[in-house]
Amino acid sequence: MITFLLNSQLIQTDESAGRLLLDFLRDHLRLTGTKEGCKEGDCGACTILCGQLGPDGLTYRSMTSCLMPLAEAHGRHIVTVEGLNIDGLNPVQHAMVERGGSQCGFCTPGFIVSMSGYILQAPGAPSVDGLKHAVSGNLCRCTGYASIIRASEDLVEMFTEGGEHEHVWNSPDRVGALIDAGMIPEHFGGAADTLAKIEPLNVKTDPGAVFIAGGTDLYVQRGEELPERAVRVLAHEDGLHYVRRDADTIRVGALTTFEQFAQAPEIRQMFPDIDETMYLIASLQVRNRASLGGNIINASPIGDMTGFLLSLGTTLTLEAPDGARREVAMRDFFLGYKTLDKAPEELLVELAFPAISPSERANFEKVSKRICLDIATVNSAGRFEVDAMGLIKRAWISVGGVAATPLFLEKTRDLLEGSVLTTELVLDALEVVDQEVAPISDVRGSADYKRLLARQLVLAHFIELFPGNLNISALLTPQDQNRGAAE
Amino acid sequence: MSHYDATTHTRGESLYVDDVAPPHGMLHAAVFGSPSAHAKLEAVDISRALAAPGVHAVLTAEDVPGDNRLGPIIADEELLATNEVHYIGQPIALVLADTVEQARAAAKLITVKATELEVIVDPREAFARGDFIAPPRTFEMGDVDATWASCDHVVEGRCDIAGQEHLYLETQRARATPGEGSRVQIYSSTQSPYAVQKAVSCVLGVAQHKVEVDVLRLGGGFGGKEDQATAWSCLAALGAACTQRSVQLVLHRLDDLQMTGKRHPYSADFKLGLAADGTLLAYEATLYQNSGAKADLSTAVLERSLFHSTNSYRIPNTRVLAAPCRTNLHPHTAFRGFGGPQAMFVIEAALAKASEETGIAREELQRKNLLVDGDVFPYGQTIERAMGEATWDDAMSNFDWAAMKAEVDAYNATATTTRRGLSVMPICFGISFTKTFLNQASALIHVYTDGSVSVSTGGVEMGQGVNSKLRNITARGFGIDTGHVTLESTNTTRVANMSPSAASATTDLNGMAALNAVEKILGRLLAMMAEELEVEDVSRLSIVDDVLHLDGAPTSWTWEQIAGKAYISRVDLSAHGYYATPDLHFDAEREQGRPFAYHVWGTALTAVTVDVVRGTYSVDAVRLSHDLGRTVNPLVDLGQIEGGLAQGLGWMTLEELAYGDDGRLLSKALSTYKAPDIFFMPDDLQVRFLESENPTGPYGSKAVGEPPLMYGIGVYFALRDAVRAYTGLEKELGFKAPATPEQVLLSLHASTNEGGQ
Repeated sequence: MITFLLNSQLIQTDESAGRLLLDFLRDHLRLTGTKEGCKEGDCGACTILCGQLGPDGLTYRSMTSCLMPLAEAHGRHIVTVEGLNIDGLNPVQHAMVERGGSQCGFCTPGFIVSMSGYILQAPGAPSVDGLKHAVSGNLCRCTGYASIIRASEDLVEMFTEGGEHEHVWNSPDRVGALIDAGMIPEHFGGAADTLAKIEPLNVKTDPGAVFIAGGTDLYVQRGEELPERAVRVLAHEDGLHYVRRDADTIRVGALTTFEQFAQAPEIRQMFPDIDETMYLIASLQVRNRASLGGNIINASPIGDMTGFLLSLGTTLTLEAPDGARREVAMRDFFLGYKTLDKAPEELLVELAFPAISPSERANFEKVSKRICLDIATVNSAGRFEVDAMGLIKRAWISVGGVAATPLFLEKTRDLLEGSVLTTELVLDALEVVDQEVAPISDVRGSADYKRLLARQLVLAHFIELFPGNLNISALLTPQDQNRGAAE
Repeated sequence: MSHYDATTHTRGESLYVDDVAPPHGMLHAAVFGSPSAHAKLEAVDISRALAAPGVHAVLTAEDVPGDNRLGPIIADEELLATNEVHYIGQPIALVLADTVEQARAAAKLITVKATELEVIVDPREAFARGDFIAPPRTFEMGDVDATWASCDHVVEGRCDIAGQEHLYLETQRARATPGEGSRVQIYSSTQSPYAVQKAVSCVLGVAQHKVEVDVLRLGGGFGGKEDQATAWSCLAALGAACTQRSVQLVLHRLDDLQMTGKRHPYSADFKLGLAADGTLLAYEATLYQNSGAKADLSTAVLERSLFHSTNSYRIPNTRVLAAPCRTNLHPHTAFRGFGGPQAMFVIEAALAKASEETGIAREELQRKNLLVDGDVFPYGQTIERAMGEATWDDAMSNFDWAAMKAEVDAYNATATTTRRGLSVMPICFGISFTKTFLNQASALIHVYTDGSVSVSTGGVEMGQGVNSKLRNITARGFGIDTGHVTLESTNTTRVANMSPSAASATTDLNGMAALNAVEKILGRLLAMMAEELEVEDVSRLSIVDDVLHLDGAPTSWTWEQIAGKAYISRVDLSAHGYYATPDLHFDAEREQGRPFAYHVWGTALTAVTVDVVRGTYSVDAVRLSHDLGRTVNPLVDLGQIEGGLAQGLGWMTLEELAYGDDGRLLSKALSTYKAPDIFFMPDDLQVRFLESENPTGPYGSKAVGEPPLMYGIGVYFALRDAVRAYTGLEKELGFKAPATPEQVLLSLHASTNEGGQ
């Protein structure tokens, strides 16, 4: 039986495991503060907090309940906007009211929940930028966000050094301090004890079951079907959330979420700019659930993490139901559009890639209509090693959105590796990139545009990583003087 | 001064249509829409849907007891299609089931047999064929043809301006409950309760007084629920009438996007003539409105385009022809600005072209030709209380345009991978419904014996803050604290025959009607107190801060005591108020008149940075001076300005509606249709309120809903400025909006002008 703490109430239900938490909240429990705006994780009106017990106690993360199978809530503390209400207004609500951060009100509960999640547990000093990132997955069509930013400024002032509630923010137990200050309801206090008593969920191993990892893409594609289907919600399966370093290899459990990956010390050390990359990739609500393995298995030609991992030289480990494991290079894994070298019953369990050495540099590029919370028109990731003499020892570049599968640029690599990095060489490489890509026109852009963009994004790797080796102005000379990419 | 509903909004306690506890046995509806953009319907097979689990009924046009025809201006729509379908998603059948999942699953089982007909999506093609929703109209002033010869410069060009999805966070929805006899009660998410009432009365074949429409609030409207909410309410009412159960219809986001119309895409040709010094002499334009398949509000939208075709500028000789061209897209509809923004884009494009060809700075051309008092609009209205120059000069000096310009020039002189651009965007927007008869409103005010006040008007709260403003206005009218005042839902049994909440005029009209009711009640109360205090001249009495004052000094009588005494004294504590905007007239034969009570003016400065490697860009700053009259609620007004700007910026940049040649919307989900998020908006967003005289608005206030959207047009021209800083001034660029990253990158790097921007 699916059992979880919902605000202050213990819920036990036999509802189907694949039913959406949002529908359960609204239709079954009539908790209507959580709104449905799009049912694909793009608006954030359905945002809830999900508290999970771990070695460091109870950690709350914001998530979109429209993409979350009910079974995933098992053993967790689900907090809706109603579960943040105290007598009067809590500080987030108060700031939003005072600053006019709510107009029609339909998106407002989602903002309140996302901002409250930040206040509950965000590390470091409070900042407006942090609050903006916390609501990066919340759309508002009325305010233009300016009033929400002013509300954020009020909150930062309140909790920052010298502010009236500085001690709350800096308390070693901030959740406890918020309860003591009367800013959040009492139920947060006893939640950990309640969760600890919930037995693990019996994971069904129904043979025809659909595997759901984060489900953040699966529910967008099959949202009407999954609640009725036998599903295997992987969230509760142990041992597949990890990032660790074995000598020179980074090993990542397939269910590791984007956010867990980005926060892992091993990753942050290799990719100091990972936060900037993550900001381009998905909203916090989605990053908190979307898994690296799911992104790969989804097999979208424009999966951002997929392209990133592809450029790193990642190897995948697949496990058959009998426990037998095999490895396959990611470069060989994508056979055609949404076709994989994988049997339906096989489970992707681990991704491994060679650690980035200090002499290497990596870069991720993505262009979409909107910079944040959008699907790429074209993305590209590059991993390069160039020695002190300018000799290119490694040039692994992926490009997404320009073929039926995520593309690894083999010919471009062959041209670059072993040559000395010069402006002329980059221009030659861009010619090869042009030969390797085969985009089609679709809603995200015309084929001509994607072809030009692939070229420009590969160029961007060089501009970002090796400005000292190159004549940037020459690389940027209007296109038609070099080569008519968009004729 | 906070928003009226802000407390319940932030606590998740505000109720929208489907949040209200459902009546027992309520059925859920799903709509089966046409799979073809243009086809002759041979047969509709509903048998599999009828047999599906949980399904109670599947209704088609045959089940409509009254008139199946709808349409706010021209009755050319069918509630459920009969012989032909004209756009993808046009409703054909309604499925009623126990759960929404069952209803939607069953709707997928419906099939049609149809003969496909030719599909037209391009308004110029419809124009060439003469396929119009209504005859084209022309606004003309002076003698354009005779003027070209005397112009030193004449420039010509073409614009293509895409539409815009409203993206109200709450999709279309309604709930209908059958009452006794033939009565029906409807909760609707509509900006036009009376339009819903009228349409339901026709569809069900009952008198209007049998239909009660109640609107508590909307989760956003922006024009998208002015007319297009009506059909969904009618379908819910039809379901309720046929099953005698409550029926709720909530559109899934994907259905809402495909089935409902949007801001009209326009194509346009322009020709602008100037004297050597930049004085505008003649302007001619043809506006090809892509009206979609049905009339909806297109003719009214078209009219507003004509009214705004010269924006803030004086052009003595103008001729603008506008044609509502019928295509096989969803019927396009009202959207904040209502045709004004498209026409204003065209004149701004013409000025850009003129600047590029003459070498006179665009802002110099703009400033030189701003309207002043005594000038005349092409439709004959004389400009009064012009604020064009005042807002322009205020913005230019307070935000230091000269320094902004110098900084951008210096930056671009040494920039490698980025370029910056600037623009100035003045706006002038007419306030009033252009259909003069719509400029009326009613209010019903009750004062209870404890001094609490209940206000009903025809104004619908959709986030624009009309309830906040009506509370301010009512409390101020009585001289009492806003805490006494409650705004009721908008209900057709309390206020009859209301105009839509639209045209930015909701507060003006309903606020004045409320004040009229306030005056009636207050007059009775003061007369009663004059008698009580034996004061002969009632004008010596007033209520200030909840206390009765005599000759400006407080008495011992409080508001609550006065209300209580009135009841005991048998003085009427309720009043109906009414207002009709004075001095409005328009002669549609001559296309001349005084259609607007007043205009709203403003000027915005916009700064952008373009990444010339990637074609991406950021909006760095928008700084604007806006003419507000005298604000009654600065928090609401600021929110409207910032929110309108955000929508305008989105329209001009990210928000791309892509259609296939078969009339199918390709950007059909929020994963492919992108509106601004918090990171898109400029960090530097500054708004200056400029006060002006406005005798027409409540307490001298001015309408604020629509005008700020048009500041967003500035971002397009700032991006163009940045692109030209990279490509050089020789490269010819077209005018194609929105300026998506695709358009920008192609403009920067493509050798031909296929990009357009």
